[in-house]
Amino acid sequence: MTQTTANFINVGERTNVTGSAMFKRLILEGDFDTALDVARQQVENGAQVIDINMDEAMLDSEAAMQRFLNLIASEPDISRVPIMIDSSKWSVIEAGLKCVQGKAIVNSISLKEGEEAFLHHARLIKRYGAAAVVMAFDETGQADTEARKFEICQRSYQLLTEKIDFPPEDIIFDPNIFAVATGIEEHNNYAVDFINACRRIKQNLPHAHISGGLSNVSFSFRGNNPVREAMHSVFLYHAIAAGMDMGIVNAGQLAVYSDIPQELRDAVEDVILNRRDDATERLLDIAPKYQGDGKTVAKENLEWREWPVNKRLEHALVKGITDFIEEDTELARQQAEKPLHVIEGPLMDGMNVVGDLFGEGKMFLPQVVKSARVMKRAVAYLEPYIEQEKEAGSSNGKILLATVKGDVHDIGKNIVGVVLQCNNFEIIDLGVMVSCETILQTARKENVDMIGLSGLITPSLDEMVHVAKEMQRQGFDLPLLIGGATTSKAHTAVKIEQNYQHPVVYVPNASRAVGVCQKLISKDSRAAFAEQLTKEYDVVREQHARKQPRSKPVSLQQARDNAFVPQFDEYQPTKPAQLGVQSVSADIKTLRNYIDWTPFFLTWSLAGKYPRILDDEVVGEEAKKLFADANAMLDRFETSNELIAKGVFGLFAANRVEDDIEIYRDDNRNDVLCVSHHLRQQTQKPKGANYCLSDFVAKKSSGIEDYVGAFAVTAGIGEDQLADEYKAKHDDYNAIMVKAVADRLAEAFAEYLHEQVRKVYWGYAADENLDNESLIREKYQGIRPAPGYAACPEHTEKQHIWDLLEAEKHTGMQLTSSYAMWPGASVSGWYFAHPDCRYFAVAQIQQDQLEDYAKRKDWDVQAAEKWLAPNLSM
Amino acid sequence: MQQTAAVLNQALEKRILILDGAMGTMIQRHKLEEADYRGERFADWHTDVKGNNDLLVLTQPQIIRDIHAQYLEAGADIIETNTFNATTISMSDYEMQALSAEINLAAARLAREVADEYSTPEKPRFVAGVLGPTSKTASISPDVNDPGYRNIKFDELVAAYVESTHALIEGGADIILVETIFDTLNAKAALFAVEQVFDELGQRLPIMISGTITDASGRTLSGQTTEAFYYSLRHVKPIAFGLNCALGPDLLRQYVNDMSDVAECAVSAHPNAGLPNEFGEYDMDAEEMAGHIAEWAQSGLLNIVGGCCGTTPEHIKALLEVTQNQAPRTIPQLPVRMRLSGLEPFVA
Repeated sequence: MTQTTANFINVGERTNVTGSAMFKRLILEGDFDTALDVARQQVENGAQVIDINMDEAMLDSEAAMQRFLNLIASEPDISRVPIMIDSSKWSVIEAGLKCVQGKAIVNSISLKEGEEAFLHHARLIKRYGAAAVVMAFDETGQADTEARKFEICQRSYQLLTEKIDFPPEDIIFDPNIFAVATGIEEHNNYAVDFINACRRIKQNLPHAHISGGLSNVSFSFRGNNPVREAMHSVFLYHAIAAGMDMGIVNAGQLAVYSDIPQELRDAVEDVILNRRDDATERLLDIAPKYQGDGKTVAKENLEWREWPVNKRLEHALVKGITDFIEEDTELARQQAEKPLHVIEGPLMDGMNVVGDLFGEGKMFLPQVVKSARVMKRAVAYLEPYIEQEKEAGSSNGKILLATVKGDVHDIGKNIVGVVLQCNNFEIIDLGVMVSCETILQTARKENVDMIGLSGLITPSLDEMVHVAKEMQRQGFDLPLLIGGATTSKAHTAVKIEQNYQHPVVYVPNASRAVGVCQKLISKDSRAAFAEQLTKEYDVVREQHARKQPRSKPVSLQQARDNAFVPQFDEYQPTKPAQLGVQSVSADIKTLRNYIDWTPFFLTWSLAGKYPRILDDEVVGEEAKKLFADANAMLDRFETSNELIAKGVFGLFAANRVEDDIEIYRDDNRNDVLCVSHHLRQQTQKPKGANYCLSDFVAKKSSGIEDYVGAFAVTAGIGEDQLADEYKAKHDDYNAIMVKAVADRLAEAFAEYLHEQVRKVYWGYAADENLDNESLIREKYQGIRPAPGYAACPEHTEKQHIWDLLEAEKHTGMQLTSSYAMWPGASVSGWYFAHPDCRYFAVAQIQQDQLEDYAKRKDWDVQAAEKWLAPNLSM
Repeated sequence: MQQTAAVLNQALEKRILILDGAMGTMIQRHKLEEADYRGERFADWHTDVKGNNDLLVLTQPQIIRDIHAQYLEAGADIIETNTFNATTISMSDYEMQALSAEINLAAARLAREVADEYSTPEKPRFVAGVLGPTSKTASISPDVNDPGYRNIKFDELVAAYVESTHALIEGGADIILVETIFDTLNAKAALFAVEQVFDELGQRLPIMISGTITDASGRTLSGQTTEAFYYSLRHVKPIAFGLNCALGPDLLRQYVNDMSDVAECAVSAHPNAGLPNEFGEYDMDAEEMAGHIAEWAQSGLLNIVGGCCGTTPEHIKALLEVTQNQAPRTIPQLPVRMRLSGLEPFVA
């Protein structure tokens, strides 16, 4: 006979969407295969029961529960253990019970909704043949004191065993483990209350079991794992002795009782057993000493939970705390006459405080985005109630935002969206790569008040011009907003504004967006504002027309005559160890060491150089928080596989022919794989050369065997899904954070791969030994210029890299119609190795080079004008 | 009915009770043809019905009555209604789901009548209303490419079993026997339905449960061990728990032994007459089978014994002979524990 007997039943909890972000993502994506792996690992790691929870607003929880349980049924290495069907919704529990052949546990039922519902559910559980977790919760609320815990458990026990003959051994009480050491005096005895209640249950309610979620107890020491683990261990030690015999315990989060240093154990025991009034302070004092992983201790101060609800909402908004927002919103709703009043009253008041603080420079963008997240959660909570009352929400106006066709970049646009929403504008965000037709159709259908276009790469500028022209043709009269990294007031004035007779406004950053939109939305101020804009743009155009190039142009021939001549006397090009294409991968753990953080802070409108920015007097504190959040995300990505980095590179025999570079199949140099075209600086350079990237490669006629490389890397596989999930949860802060972090990782990957290429694959700098700071400052030999940027500004050249490397096949990276790279967090470019290599900007070119380039690319001049627009004088 | 239960309990305390043998094997002997199955009533039925053995209670009641009588004559204490495939789900194979209730009712009445003819105060005879496994499984996918797919839902099973149970009770069954359980989830649905009907009628019948260990893996088709299977269904507090079909007594013994260790109620067994030979026939004769069962009884494993596929009144007579002087198994007193199960048992 095979009979397992356990003294303490360990319940696996990773198959719970409310407790595991990874599991939730898998379920939301429908990746049930990987979700099953999570369940399998739980069982392999010793879980004796697996808890399954599908309580997620975005899910059809009943269907997900059934599907997952059905799949588990065909996995004998998982389904060998009993299932715990976990849901706060009875319908989900019952759906689960209909799929389980074994004897399961239901988690949970309680007297919360009264005796009738409690007994009805218990009868059904008995009929389905399951055991039940019974929460110490009754009509008046959750039990906190020992007396209440025991009283509710006893009442539940009597009802179950006497009224419906429920087997007492199939009752598992959960007498509620709450956080201690929160700073609130009433919480100090919570652990003692639990432990004493256990003892009374064991003594008085025969055969019943006792369970609980352990991690709650140490909630206030989040961030200090050693202290948390000690608290778990000490708590369990006493609770098990008192009769607790089941629980959700993460074995990795548990110190061995006797291994805890005496001082820490005593301090923790004082807290758990509430042995002295100053126990919390004493543990707080020594806690930093035991903090092994160097993370900051986040001591929860929960005093504000005692304030009136409106004050709590304001606090949550200003501090960006989502933990209690739904319960506070619910309370405010109950107190308000109409649900809408909660939005118009306390929530808007709170957001006004946020707006004022932001305006005064006392709050920073990341904080505002976090506040917006709180606001969105609260509004989402209220929406069903508002819908019920058929009230229309009042908004300042409706704004359509889109990243234009061919472009995938949306961090900036998302930030603008969030900031506008904070100011009560309704945002319709169409996402990225949105065609002109979709933008204009949606604008009509939704009857929007304004359209905002965003783009990062230079071809997007043309697309914006196209949208403006179409708006004119189709008779629109909406204001058009222009934003994004490559846009400028000059471009807007010279190229866009003249094509559309209604207001066209360049918006340099998110904080400007609010003012602009408010002026445009008001009928009174719009005319005046439009007039003022027209004047401004006239001035810009005049200035632009008058503007003389700072240095005089030279002819293409003159420029070529002044080409840079690298020395090849002492320098012998290194032949790469292996010619051809190789795909590479890198884990997040490695890549994060190569991150250049300064641009990350800029994304969030915090200016300053890393690491100094962390100690900056004004933005330092916010920068630190942002940095900690980014690192927490990176910690997660290290193990979760939510974000994947992939890359490919190739090293090729190559020689220069005029301004082009011929890339050969092999060292025989007969078979030309492709010709990469480059542009030459065309302004007078009295002291230096007129650079072109091809200058760095030995001429074909020289007979010197030279080489170039190409690469394409991404750290954005998964970024869109992650960001979308956050957005679906009204969490723009993390949606933006995912992309900001992925962008940095992609750059880090490019840096890392370049280093590997220099030292190993190409091996021309095998002895190089630089720290990250030196890498960021590019103190190494060789460069990796990227098509679309200063030294090789023409985007279509990326196609050569894609073809040479078969980049899509190796990495999944794609090029859009405008030659933007997808995923957004991607970098591609060329490698040049000559020691004299340097970065430069091509800047303005002349008509002769335009025509020459068109001929080399086999384009007509019009096509060349389109793709070289940013380098032509407007 | 409470009285029947009491009589049954008394009998169980005194001796090993005898269950009848195979119905299908006995029907086969009549070499019935399509026209025989159809009878007059279904002469024009739009599908073939040959092989629909349960239909015979309507079209050839005399044959079924005769088989019941032979088993009672051989000494069976409990006879099983000819309703193994009479649920709406199984009947739909012949598009006869609308006849499910009628067949169950007629089958129970038929068995009741014959049993009453043989019943005496010294040897009362009981009718077990049979709920079979149906032709579909609730926890196994019929589609190898989609293990999450199911072609039957719990609620559909419950509805079918409710209909059958009502008719069986109306027809006079003394016991409800859920048997040949391949998939415990189907059985859970059956028992859920039975309890629901009991609630509706305001009366309870004794329940017997019998699972099937499909092969030498020692597991049900849905993967449970004997002990796990028992823990999944013991909540209905049946009068007897046991195993039947698939294996002969030689191979079944160890699992009956497992059941005997854990079951806090009577243990039943009705094995096949060995494994089928290459012609699909069962070769184990009455004497050989009785030899095995005599040893089981001596070892104290049994409270109820009978036969499944391939067994005949001769087998049943032989089983009676070797068990009638043996004491029934003593029901063990086990400690009160939470007894959970997945595919395997877990006791806490």
